[in-house]
Amino acid sequence: MFRYIVRRLLQMVLTFFGATFIVYALMFAVQDDPIQALVGEKPITDSQRAALTERYHLGDNFFAQYWYYIKGLLTGDFGTSMTNRKVADMLADAWPVTLRLSVMAIVIAATIAILAGVVSAIRRGSIFDNATLVVTLIVLAMPIVVIAPIAQLVFGIKLGWFPVTAGRDASLWQLLLPAAVLASLVVATELRVTRASVAENLRADYVRTARAKGLTGARVIGVHVLRNSLIPVITLIGVDLGALMSGAIVTEKVFNIPGVGFNLFRGIRTEDGPLVVGFVSVLVIVFLVVNLIVDLLYAALDPRIRYE
Amino acid sequence: MSETALLESPGKPRGLAGDAWHDLRRSKIFWLAAVLIVVILLMAAWPSLFTSADPRDCVLSRQHDGPTGGAIFGYDFQGCDVYAKTVYGARYSIIVGVFATLIAGVIGLAFGLAAGFFGGWLDAVLSRFIDVMLGIPLLLGAIVLAKRLSADPASNGVFAVTVTLGLLGWTTAARVMRSSVIAAKNQDYVAAARMLGAGNGRLLFRHILPNSLASYIVVLTILLGINIASEATLSFLGIGLKGDAISWGIAISEATGYIRVAAGPLIWPSVFLAVTVLAFIMLGDAVRDAFDPKLR
Repeated sequence: MFRYIVRRLLQMVLTFFGATFIVYALMFAVQDDPIQALVGEKPITDSQRAALTERYHLGDNFFAQYWYYIKGLLTGDFGTSMTNRKVADMLADAWPVTLRLSVMAIVIAATIAILAGVVSAIRRGSIFDNATLVVTLIVLAMPIVVIAPIAQLVFGIKLGWFPVTAGRDASLWQLLLPAAVLASLVVATELRVTRASVAENLRADYVRTARAKGLTGARVIGVHVLRNSLIPVITLIGVDLGALMSGAIVTEKVFNIPGVGFNLFRGIRTEDGPLVVGFVSVLVIVFLVVNLIVDLLYAALDPRIRYE
Repeated sequence: MSETALLESPGKPRGLAGDAWHDLRRSKIFWLAAVLIVVILLMAAWPSLFTSADPRDCVLSRQHDGPTGGAIFGYDFQGCDVYAKTVYGARYSIIVGVFATLIAGVIGLAFGLAAGFFGGWLDAVLSRFIDVMLGIPLLLGAIVLAKRLSADPASNGVFAVTVTLGLLGWTTAARVMRSSVIAAKNQDYVAAARMLGAGNGRLLFRHILPNSLASYIVVLTILLGINIASEATLSFLGIGLKGDAISWGIAISEATGYIRVAAGPLIWPSVFLAVTVLAFIMLGDAVRDAFDPKLR
């Protein structure tokens, strides 16, 4: 286990530098004049320009600048937005609601995926199984830009079942519809993986042994099969986080939730480059860390992984 | 395989592609997807076949008017014909989707072939690079890159979005190519060809590549659907298509502000977008089922 953790951590370091380097290179690839972008339409004197160049290390070469950026990321200094607020402060304001939203989404998605996945694996070929296949196909094909506004229109405005928007101090009830929308992004793959993995495990020898011992069906499925089937589903949750982050930008905008995604959306719309890059960098780091944790969890649950 | 199938082709045995086509012809999902895709392609190539209205003929006085004889989906906030705008929106979706997928396909092919065929340190370096790329969620990378590429206010963003999605979306394709090349290169016929004196180029392009293409094409088909959805998402966020480009993503974004007054301008582009993505995902699913020998 120790060797696995060390190897995984080394990989993580490499991926961290690689991914942040790419994000940084992407943003500087086609940049013309960051100082003019910073001051906007106003003319700028040579001394102001020199002071700004000094302050933002713009005279240094690319790698030195990348080093300053990494140092900022590691010390919690994610830059300053064009509105002169620290990106770190904005994040601190925004993350609680986004965290609640995404945890709700993950719980909703996992509950539906596991329940429906197990049932359709047990009753393969039944009406329920075929209906789930069709529904997952349709949900898979629904881009977030379709599902979020349509859900708001149908369930919020036409039917009136849910609040149409959620504000700053949104209650769990207000967040339920946006969380369900977000969950729809990942529920289809999770369901299909659960179904495939339960179906495979149902044929395993240990299941036959458990049944031969006279255990009840519920115990065989609920304890023996489920424990082994859920391992691949857990890794998916880490990968899915990327989809959830992307989805949160659109969902929070549509439902007016002032979280991380909403701020990022506003940054894009107001051409606030430093804000966008700061937020994206932090999200990429969160994504990497969560995937690291998921991988370690995976190894703890499934001993085979450690000895590959 | 059924007896009639064997009777149909008594002389020449069918190859993998022939078998797959034989299966595909019977798949309802395949035909449904194919018909939808043909209609969407026609719409993208000759939108005037489907509507005689001009999508840019907008008159504010008919803002949010309901459906009439000419405009069956009604009018949007600007007083444009929603049906005409939706039909014309197919063009950029398809252009961006197809070209982004081509770019990703070429990059993925090069990476997959090189890593899978040569192995060793090259494989290690390329695979680590792919791991690094996978560390950046697609949309987050696209936000940064598309924002930079589309800085020119005169462009309509088509080039920027296509390049962005192409440069960021090839990783899954490269992984799939790599593993099918590794599977193919250890086959006996490759060893035989090598013993007969075939060079690396011949081995790669005559023997390994044709036998690795099936799953690759499936991945690219699904990627096409994903790219179309991503284009709409980027346009919705305001970093995709812009200016005078007509796009489903822009239409949806504009309509979200007025859903209490008029739902049509939101619903129709959404339906067209979802059906297009669905069609490509269904096609990918159907082709995968046909090519997978385990399912026979």
